[in-house]
Amino acid sequence: MTDQKNNYLLDVTDLNSFYGKAQILFDMTLRINRGEVVVLLGRNGAGKTTTFKSIMGIVKPRSGKVRFKNKEIQSLPPFKTCGLGLGYVPEDRRVFSRLTILENLEVGRQPARQGRPAWTAERLFELFPNLAERRHQNGGNLSGGEQQMLTIARTLMGNPEMIILDEPSEGLAPVIVDQLAATLLKLKNEKVSILLAEQNLSFAKRVCDRAYLVYQGTVCHESTLAELDNDQYEKYCSL
Amino acid sequence: MGFYIVQTLTGLSDASSLFLVACGLSLIFGVSRIVNMAHGSFYMVGAYLAYFFIDKLPQGPFHFWIGILLSALAVGLIGMIVEVFLLRRLYHAPELFILFATFGIVLIIQDLSRWLFGAEDILGQQAPGLSSSINIMGSYIPQYDIALIIIAPLILLGLWLLLTKTRWGILVRAATEDREMTDALGVNQTWLFTSVFFLGSFLAGLGGAVQLPKGGADLLMDLNIIATAFVIVVVGGMGSIPGAYLAAVIIGELNAFGILVFPQSTLVLMFLVMAVVLIIRPYGLLGKEEAPEHDNAPAPESIIRPASRRLKTAGAVFLAVILALPAVANTFQLVLITEIALFALACMSLYFIMGPGGMVSFGHAAYFGGGAYFAALMVHYLHTPMELTLFLAPLLTGCLALIIGWFCVQLSGVYLAMLTLAFAQICWSIVFQWGAVTGGDDGLLSIWPSAWASNKIIFYYLAMTLCIGGILILRHFIFTPFGYTLRACRDSALRVDSIGINLKRHQWFAFSIAGIFAGLAGGLYVFLKGSIFPDEMAISRSFDFLFMVLLGGVNSLFGPIAGSAAFTWLHDTISRINLWQLILGSIFIVLVVAFPQGIAGSIGSRLNKYFRDPA
Amino acid sequence: MTSNVLEVRQLAKSFGGVKAVSNVSFDLARGQLLAMIGPNGAGKSTCFNLINGQLRPDHGTITILGKKANGLKPRDVWKLGVGRTFQIAASFGSMTVLENVQMARLSYHRQTTSLFKSVPRLNRDHAMELLRLVGIEDQYNRACGVLAYGDVKRVELAVALANDPKLLLMDEPTAGMGPAERQEMMALTSSIIETRNIGVLFTEHDMDVVFGRSDRIIVLNRGELVAEGTPDEVRNNRRVQEIYLGEEPV
Repeated sequence: MTDQKNNYLLDVTDLNSFYGKAQILFDMTLRINRGEVVVLLGRNGAGKTTTFKSIMGIVKPRSGKVRFKNKEIQSLPPFKTCGLGLGYVPEDRRVFSRLTILENLEVGRQPARQGRPAWTAERLFELFPNLAERRHQNGGNLSGGEQQMLTIARTLMGNPEMIILDEPSEGLAPVIVDQLAATLLKLKNEKVSILLAEQNLSFAKRVCDRAYLVYQGTVCHESTLAELDNDQYEKYCSL
Repeated sequence: MGFYIVQTLTGLSDASSLFLVACGLSLIFGVSRIVNMAHGSFYMVGAYLAYFFIDKLPQGPFHFWIGILLSALAVGLIGMIVEVFLLRRLYHAPELFILFATFGIVLIIQDLSRWLFGAEDILGQQAPGLSSSINIMGSYIPQYDIALIIIAPLILLGLWLLLTKTRWGILVRAATEDREMTDALGVNQTWLFTSVFFLGSFLAGLGGAVQLPKGGADLLMDLNIIATAFVIVVVGGMGSIPGAYLAAVIIGELNAFGILVFPQSTLVLMFLVMAVVLIIRPYGLLGKEEAPEHDNAPAPESIIRPASRRLKTAGAVFLAVILALPAVANTFQLVLITEIALFALACMSLYFIMGPGGMVSFGHAAYFGGGAYFAALMVHYLHTPMELTLFLAPLLTGCLALIIGWFCVQLSGVYLAMLTLAFAQICWSIVFQWGAVTGGDDGLLSIWPSAWASNKIIFYYLAMTLCIGGILILRHFIFTPFGYTLRACRDSALRVDSIGINLKRHQWFAFSIAGIFAGLAGGLYVFLKGSIFPDEMAISRSFDFLFMVLLGGVNSLFGPIAGSAAFTWLHDTISRINLWQLILGSIFIVLVVAFPQGIAGSIGSRLNKYFRDPA
Repeated sequence: MTSNVLEVRQLAKSFGGVKAVSNVSFDLARGQLLAMIGPNGAGKSTCFNLINGQLRPDHGTITILGKKANGLKPRDVWKLGVGRTFQIAASFGSMTVLENVQMARLSYHRQTTSLFKSVPRLNRDHAMELLRLVGIEDQYNRACGVLAYGDVKRVELAVALANDPKLLLMDEPTAGMGPAERQEMMALTSSIIETRNIGVLFTEHDMDVVFGRSDRIIVLNRGELVAEGTPDEVRNNRRVQEIYLGEEPV
């Protein structure tokens, strides 16, 4: 028996996932190293969200393996996956609309991990100054951009080693997208690994090291963002 | 003036324990999505245990309050045990089965309480120092009522602090709003569920315990309070604790003043309030529209086919046996078989709205008992002949179902089921309380068939003709455009809306059809037994029907017949034993735990194989 | 009498102060396949649900086949002669493929409350004809719940055609299908438009389908209509490229 130990932080191999009868993922395979910022580029419906949900255990993959820190996690419930240090920021934000900002952060709070200072609400407010002013307001009363910031902050409260962000720039005004890019770069400096899904290439270019092009439930092309082949990108991701 | 103040205060003090029960129910439902039928039983146990503790504790200035607290804690513990050992295994089972398991607990607790505390109503002890009355402008109100009025807002405040100022409370609110996201943020919800069950049950126990000096303890408390609690939760808004308080106050005041206006029917007022609230705010006074939980939709029922040749042959043989039976069976057996047929018809009518209609009714006894009471009242007061009675009673029941159904189809799923139960309980209380007309607990006696049908064998043939006819007509309906439309509404509300079908109207229509046939069964039942008692309308009768349908399987058209035969036999066998409700409750639980995906699903499909035409 | 089956004017809808759709106007003529595209959150679903009656517009008018359709319930929109298919196919899983279509015909003939006739023979021929049209007549007797997803989508199309609609609204008709299946589905849609002379409005993410099949395209972004035209016009529109390539306009 060969145990495939390797140095990847997250190792997704041949994942196949379904919604009812419709197959969404076809042998999805991805690898992310510690400290990397990787993006999945692809159109709507390409399978990015399903990939993330399968990694987190929200969708149970029918076959394939997900390893995080060399531990198989594809059959773990989401709260255990999160407990291992994998944070998730969903696409539709899903802030708790009837909880205040501070309470939303409290839901995400987990104990600190070895060798890192724990995130606290105050530290996060330095990172997201807009949230600080409205800390006692309900999540449901925030603007789209603030909600996006709040979901990221809420996930950081779990002190993750890696975060998965599903289309964070979607529906945000350009100024807010700039702020978001700056925030993600700060996180990268804090040695948080990041996997994100995007349709916005210029945003991805600003923050990511490496890209996977996803098309119809599988990876079609892989490259660093600096060397990303424009033809390939046009073929799989744009008009 | 003083009288009105006292009446207002009495209403407020009644509201206190209603609020405690309803908010516990609401909390549990919010987090776990379980409608806990046993919640009323916890309330009853709270009252009995409080009596026991106060009795046993050494007398002192605080022994009364310590007893109440101990009783609430003990009930909380019972709730926790139920969650950990039973419900936790069932979170992935269909909702209906979880409900059934909790109803099993109702039966078990009912019998255990009878065994431990006796069948006699218990008069509660008075709280030391609060046993006298206060004079308010010439009218008197017990001091203890004032204490109760103060307790409820204190608990409301305490709950508010707990839910907003503690991490636990924040997690509970987060899980109520979005369980999946809470899970993905690393919250292990297993212990959260257990602790919410503890708190909810604690509150139910507390509610039962604090009302002890006012209402005492009796064995009818469990189902009486659960129906009221359902109404409060629906009126106040599912999951809203201030809403529960508001609704409890409204219902409490309504009872206090309603008694002056309609002494016999305060429940009718409750019904009217609920009606008004549901029309104006379908999600309750302080409730919010729930985003539908897009979880695993129930597996679609298999397609239906017209009867195969084998099935028709089997049916013919069955019919021949029925015809021949009077030649061999004795009178007792004939009556039992007639009873099975009546129940089968009632079950078939329940199956009609539950299977093809997809609407679970927890209150089908309202129609069965309704038909029976309509028939009995007509014969008793108007001396109508049997023939006319058997024609009019189903029609009147159909009208009753038309009224009840209108409200029920405004909601769906569990909410709909809760409403059916609340309505059935209201109908039951009317016949139970309105003794002057309905005979109350003593029932109505001496209602016999017309002379020509008074022979047991002739009545047997009459009942069989009507029941089998009714079952075949209902079965035929399933194959008609209306039956198909009903299934279409169940399969996909989105799709029926997009092909121009008014879903609610069809569901409403189905309710009244079911009412007519259940009413026919009820009418026949009166003439078979010669009498009628409120028990035939009680919640446990509704659950009997549900159990019969589930036993036979909701996926098959034979289900109702097989189920009623099996259940009536089982009931007849075990009801001679002491503590038979305990046994029945345990059977419910064992069946649900052993077959979490459906009791008769597997048996039914095996049976189906035999009746399929060879390919 | 215009040849337009759908006219949308100054349509607007907000949710809690956020404009989901604002000032959207467009027409759809008979015999046309009109695609509505845009990035996520652009307001496509909102716009779609305003037209099909799922949502009520705050402002603006929707005219379907010459009749005002604002604020009608979905079932009343259907009565104007509109067929719908859903992103996640909605069918009656406990019925056979044939019965699904018969069901729609029953509604069309207003027979849904009948308690006398027996369904299996009603409207059978017409329903079979529709199944032949969408190419799944050989599966007519199978339960809809056990079909392959692509076939369920075909059943849906047959059901949507059962009231002889003049306007068909298709929400992501090819979602969840393989590439070959997608092309087949859209070829089928094109042929239906031609033979029945109806108008089709659809949303779609697969750009191959959108640019390969549609007669006209409208592009939404942030709730507003930013471009409208033939596939070539839209492909070469600078604004559209910016939106899709993710570069903010200069």
